[in-house]
Amino acid sequence: MSSIRPVKQARKALLWLLVVFLIASGVLVGGVLSGKTSFAPKLALDLEGGTQMILAPRVQGDQAISQEQLDQAVEIIRQRVDGAGVTESEITTQSGRNVVVSMPGVPTQETRDLIQASANMEFRPVLITGAYTATPEADLTPAKDLPKPTGKPENPSDTNWITPELYQQFEAYDCPTELKESSTTTHDPAKPMISCDERMGVKYILGPQEIPGDQISDAYAQLARGVNGSVTGEWVVVIEFNSEGTKTFADTTQRLISLTGSRNQFAIVLDGNTISAPTTNAVISDGRPQISGGFTQETSQALAEQLKYGALPISFDIQSEQQVSATLGADQLKAGLIAGIIGLIAVFIYSIFQYRALGFVTIASLLASGVLTYLALVLLGWGMNYRLSLAGVAGLIVAIGLIADSFIVYFERVRDELRDGRPLASAVAVGWKRAERTILASKAVNVLAAVVLYIVAVGNVRGFAFTLGLTAVIDLVVVYGMTHPTLVLLARTKFFAEGHRFSGLDPSLLGAEPLYKGAGQIRRFTDNVEANRGKKNQKAGVEAAKRMTIAERRRAEANSAPAGAKTAKDKAQEENNE
Amino acid sequence: MNKLVTWGNELYTGKRSYPFTSKHRLWFSIAAVLVVLSILLPVVKGGFNLGIDFRGGSEFTVSNTTHTEQGIGEQAVKAVAPEAMATVTNIAPGTMRIQTELLSDDQTLAIAKDLAAGYGVSANEVTSNFIGPTWGQDVSRQALVGLLVFVLLVGLLMAAYFRTWKMSLAALIGLFTVIVVTGGIYSLTGFEITPSAIIGFLTILSYSLYDTVVVFDKIRENTKDFSKRNERTFEQQVNLAVNQTLVRSINTSVVAVLPVAAILFIGSYLLGAGTLKDLSLALFVGIIVGTLSTIFIQAPLYAWLRRNDPEVVAHTKKLEAAAA
Repeated sequence: MSSIRPVKQARKALLWLLVVFLIASGVLVGGVLSGKTSFAPKLALDLEGGTQMILAPRVQGDQAISQEQLDQAVEIIRQRVDGAGVTESEITTQSGRNVVVSMPGVPTQETRDLIQASANMEFRPVLITGAYTATPEADLTPAKDLPKPTGKPENPSDTNWITPELYQQFEAYDCPTELKESSTTTHDPAKPMISCDERMGVKYILGPQEIPGDQISDAYAQLARGVNGSVTGEWVVVIEFNSEGTKTFADTTQRLISLTGSRNQFAIVLDGNTISAPTTNAVISDGRPQISGGFTQETSQALAEQLKYGALPISFDIQSEQQVSATLGADQLKAGLIAGIIGLIAVFIYSIFQYRALGFVTIASLLASGVLTYLALVLLGWGMNYRLSLAGVAGLIVAIGLIADSFIVYFERVRDELRDGRPLASAVAVGWKRAERTILASKAVNVLAAVVLYIVAVGNVRGFAFTLGLTAVIDLVVVYGMTHPTLVLLARTKFFAEGHRFSGLDPSLLGAEPLYKGAGQIRRFTDNVEANRGKKNQKAGVEAAKRMTIAERRRAEANSAPAGAKTAKDKAQEENNE
Repeated sequence: MNKLVTWGNELYTGKRSYPFTSKHRLWFSIAAVLVVLSILLPVVKGGFNLGIDFRGGSEFTVSNTTHTEQGIGEQAVKAVAPEAMATVTNIAPGTMRIQTELLSDDQTLAIAKDLAAGYGVSANEVTSNFIGPTWGQDVSRQALVGLLVFVLLVGLLMAAYFRTWKMSLAALIGLFTVIVVTGGIYSLTGFEITPSAIIGFLTILSYSLYDTVVVFDKIRENTKDFSKRNERTFEQQVNLAVNQTLVRSINTSVVAVLPVAAILFIGSYLLGAGTLKDLSLALFVGIIVGTLSTIFIQAPLYAWLRRNDPEVVAHTKKLEAAAA
């Protein structure tokens, strides 16, 4: 029998939806039990309370900022914020232009300054190298053996920069502790400083600044070339200085080349920390030094990025700063939820009023969408750190209407088919075929809008676009996986197939009657259509006549007065000939 | 229900029919007048009521306070920035909103502290919002970019789906009307335009086109092979499609408006102002305007755009000749 296939398909679709639901809830329950996530979706600042700053990068001069530089800036801000002891902060870029910093609570003035300050890169010569951790008390150099300057330092590499105080400070300097509570104490470029090198696991006393970072014009990673021009397979980082930097760097290397030990090295310092301290092998007079030594492709590229960033110090202007009180956040969430529930109930009532028993299919489908949306939000919060904002909540509430519309489009199509006199099962099949196209086309518009909004939007528009897009996709899943299969199955129940008064699909209410009523009865038109029609509806009546089946028309003729019989008959004849 | 269903039946069979396409001159004239008014109104009124996000400035919300005197807020602002003007409003029970002109970010935080003391609440009951002078331009520019990209993509999508650019054109012209008229309503009523309202506007685009696609899909179905069928002219087929989807249009807009109305109500009465209210207000207005425009502008416009197609002209002539 032909009816078996759709039923099978419907059961399969429902089963699939159940499987999706079970897998998603299984993952969630597993995550909660293992303590990795919770049942509540993660909330954004405007619902949870906290501070959100939107920063616009400010570059010296009018240079444009690239995405890489912005990413680098974000990385640096992240390190600073984490260093300042702020947990759970989130730093992201938006639209390739702005940096958004979100953190719970209210940041201290220090943290705020840290976030805004530009990164400072400089080149300094190394004076002494020491152990990464603090020297144990017992091994400290006795006061009499401390190095004492013998005179005024003559150049940045001069060990006369090291005072006894500086040396003691250097010995006590514990890099692991210092790095944890990083501060941006600016270092006087004219004075020596202590700096840690995390990569090498050492600390240095560095001489005064030789070259500021902004004299770098470019930096990139490449494979080194041997003497004969062949690629050696070793990754190196090439720095290009501008003319001023080239001159200074030539002088510096001229001096360093003759020195031995640590003093042969120069340190590249970013925000007070040494990111690289290469030794000097040659006098570089063309301003294009090459740093080599144990680089992989990644590490060389990472260093090149840092150098490039240093070349263009970015500071940040606060575009907008929002400190949301936890109370207001909770109020807003509560209001959003209440509004959502009221909206949902209103839609439920309207559906039942409009569609009777079919309304329950709408309600069940909406509830299923709700459950899937909830699962998606919680899992996305866990996996991608998605946070639900107030605009997102609004998106969800608006989505109720958009989701319900797919059902309305579908049900109306089924009703249309019933009006054409089809039995319910085939009305559902044909109605679905037609509704499917419409639903897909209209949801494509929705998803497209959501994607465009998400990509170009700034601020909290994104949260809104995200939930709007998410629900459009979930809507499709539910229409295919639940609404349509349910209707296929229901169409085979007695209640719906016979068109019970409360089924919402009562053919007689829809103006359609089966031609053959059983027990030998054939549908008859009792109304005299023409006669009952007022003058005003004359035109519409012609319309109605056009939509009649030929059989209906003939019967209508038989019922109507003989006056109109002839013309109508002729008309029917015409139709037959076509 | 019976009445509405019967009405739906009559619309479906064509027994009852509303002249959406044939009266297009009337609808277009009304739309044109509304568009012109909507453009003139802001000019006459000197612009829109822009929210603080577009003007730049600082905004504070004090929650759960028992004091609702405006003086406290004004005092707090005066103390930090003597020359700044403060607008203090009691937006909801126990909630005060204080807006000032552009202060520095640091001044904003100082005032937030004073407000907490003044209104006798703890510091974490005060929400402060500092907006730099260029932020609003940023938001508007992005919204505009989003609008253009979206319109372009949707135009292409619809042209591809419906296989006729005239449907795209009709839909986009209707969309333009929706945006302009919604803007006009905002100008007329003096509703504040905030970034949330802008989100609302952008969503209206999506909703309005969504609605149009559903109706156009029925038009496409009805007018497929119209030249081979002789009961209706092209224009009548379009009109029938609009009538046949009328019940859907009404049900859809009611179902869409209900939740939005819920947010609007809760947002205005419980919270006073903010994201929820601004967003839902724009949507509330837009959904109604959008549904009306699909029925009265987009569909008739499509019929009108195709009135001179040789195929349509020939078909109409044939039917007229047969009727005569």
